[in-house]
Amino acid sequence: MALLEVRSLGKSFRGLRAVAEVSFDVEAGSIAALIGPNGAGKTTCFNLIAGVYPADNGSVALAGRTLTGLRPDQVCREGVARTFQVVKPFAQLTVTENVVVGALNTLRDVAAARAEAARVLALVHLEAKAHQPAASLTLPERKLLEVARAIATRPRILLLDEVMAGLRPTEVDEMVEVFRRLNRDSGLTILLIEHVMRAVMALAERVVVLHHGEKICEGAPEDVVRDPQVLECYLGSETLD
Amino acid sequence: MSGRPETVAAAASRSVVRASDAAYSRRAVVLLSLLLLALLALPLFADAYLLSAAILVLYFAYVGQAWNLMMGYCGQLSLGHSLYVGVGAYAAAALFVHFGVSPWIGAMAAVAASLAFAALIGVLAFRFGIGGVYFALLTIAFAEFTRIGFDHFDWVGGSGGFFLPVKEFGTIDLWRLRGPPAMFYYFVLAMAVAAFLAAWRLRESRIGYYWLAIREDEDAARALGIDTFRYKLAAILVSGGMTSIAGVFFAFYYNTLFPEQIFSMARSIEIILGPIIGGLGTLFGPVLGAFVLTLLGEAMTALTDALGISVPGLKQVFYGVCLLIVVLFLPNGIWPELAKRLGLRHAPGDR
Repeated sequence: MALLEVRSLGKSFRGLRAVAEVSFDVEAGSIAALIGPNGAGKTTCFNLIAGVYPADNGSVALAGRTLTGLRPDQVCREGVARTFQVVKPFAQLTVTENVVVGALNTLRDVAAARAEAARVLALVHLEAKAHQPAASLTLPERKLLEVARAIATRPRILLLDEVMAGLRPTEVDEMVEVFRRLNRDSGLTILLIEHVMRAVMALAERVVVLHHGEKICEGAPEDVVRDPQVLECYLGSETLD
Repeated sequence: MSGRPETVAAAASRSVVRASDAAYSRRAVVLLSLLLLALLALPLFADAYLLSAAILVLYFAYVGQAWNLMMGYCGQLSLGHSLYVGVGAYAAAALFVHFGVSPWIGAMAAVAASLAFAALIGVLAFRFGIGGVYFALLTIAFAEFTRIGFDHFDWVGGSGGFFLPVKEFGTIDLWRLRGPPAMFYYFVLAMAVAAFLAAWRLRESRIGYYWLAIREDEDAARALGIDTFRYKLAAILVSGGMTSIAGVFFAFYYNTLFPEQIFSMARSIEIILGPIIGGLGTLFGPVLGAFVLTLLGEAMTALTDALGISVPGLKQVFYGVCLLIVVLFLPNGIWPELAKRLGLRHAPGDR
């Protein structure tokens, strides 16, 4: 049984089909990517998994427990953490406090949550900024904070929504390294939406391609980027960067 | 290994921050103790006028703290907190006058009644996703129609007012809360200190972090496992319940209640000015704001009296000017700036 099972997921907004009949699995301990051109329904898919809005049809299950119909906070408590495409730091709180909020998901005690926050901040190399307000961070740092906060909730699966966007290539490589280590050391399962192919190729064991809300292809990254359908709709002349 | 010196350096910088944190908090404790001592000694040398002004300061420090929990920490703007003052005041006063029930028991009824109102507003607003300006309007609406209700509530005097018997003023009867101004002073001082400590404990606990997260970004808070409905409801219940105790004090200190006054919008605004001017979402903001506003207001009244000028509404204009100055020059309130000057770093997360 896969850790995350998405089955025939569908959602329309005022008659516009954003996601239709999308099914895929994410195996425990793996890293999978969800790619596709702008407007393909990737973020909608994430929002459906995370419970931001209810699906019109289909189902989502985590380790066999259904997530369908749960609110975002309940989905998080079931073990699904997510980051936002447009980062949402708690701007007036310090970096540590931001992560403490995440850590309090599983820890009742603030002191324990602070210790956990320090540990997680070290994982993403933000410990030097721990006492600064989140508002003072640069964009790459904010993205790392977003990740740290999500990890601190101790998820079974981490959904990353374009965390590489806007980063320089060296920063992308650092971020890739962070996720590799997380995946390797703690067995964290990761599902990422990504446009930066450099990151997708480096991280993902499996890639699901969406186009106009439908899954058009699924497979290993090397195979997917050679698929004519994918090349036509999405990669175009850009191919591998 | 290049990682190792880095870790040592990071650990060293962390311990430096911790050491200075300790120095800051030591200084804060010393200053707080001095302030508390001065406040405890005040009735020994204060005349009746100064004592009444001090009571007002502490009263606003208390309600400001209660309101700040909801707005400053959880980000939910209530412009109708006079509702809880009024409901609390009437509940305790009615039980006392009609049945001779002690205000200590009456306070429980006051809190219960206020919690019922707070729960009604909270469930209505937060269940249906009413936030921001619309939530503020809802709180005003509730305060207004409760006022109208009490205007026609003859059991407690209706619009003609409700009066507590005033007698045996020289003796102290703590059980029935009858006594000289000094007794009320110490009573409200205890309330203000308790509110300060409660706000501090809440701020440092799980619920405090969750409130701040909701204030900062509700979607992000939800994504981190926070049941925002539950925690916003907790904020309005705690804040409303606390505020109703101020109502009990108000009733027994002033002994007269008029729906038109106690439930009025102006009263709600008075409650929120202190924390805004002092510093929203800070522990000291409501205290400082109450001091600054009340004392400046009283000073101005004394000045205009001495000069023989009488302009109706001058105090309101004065409050407006104070608010304008703070919003323009110190948008975070006086406290964060003052804390920096005093060498007291304001707690992270305070704004």
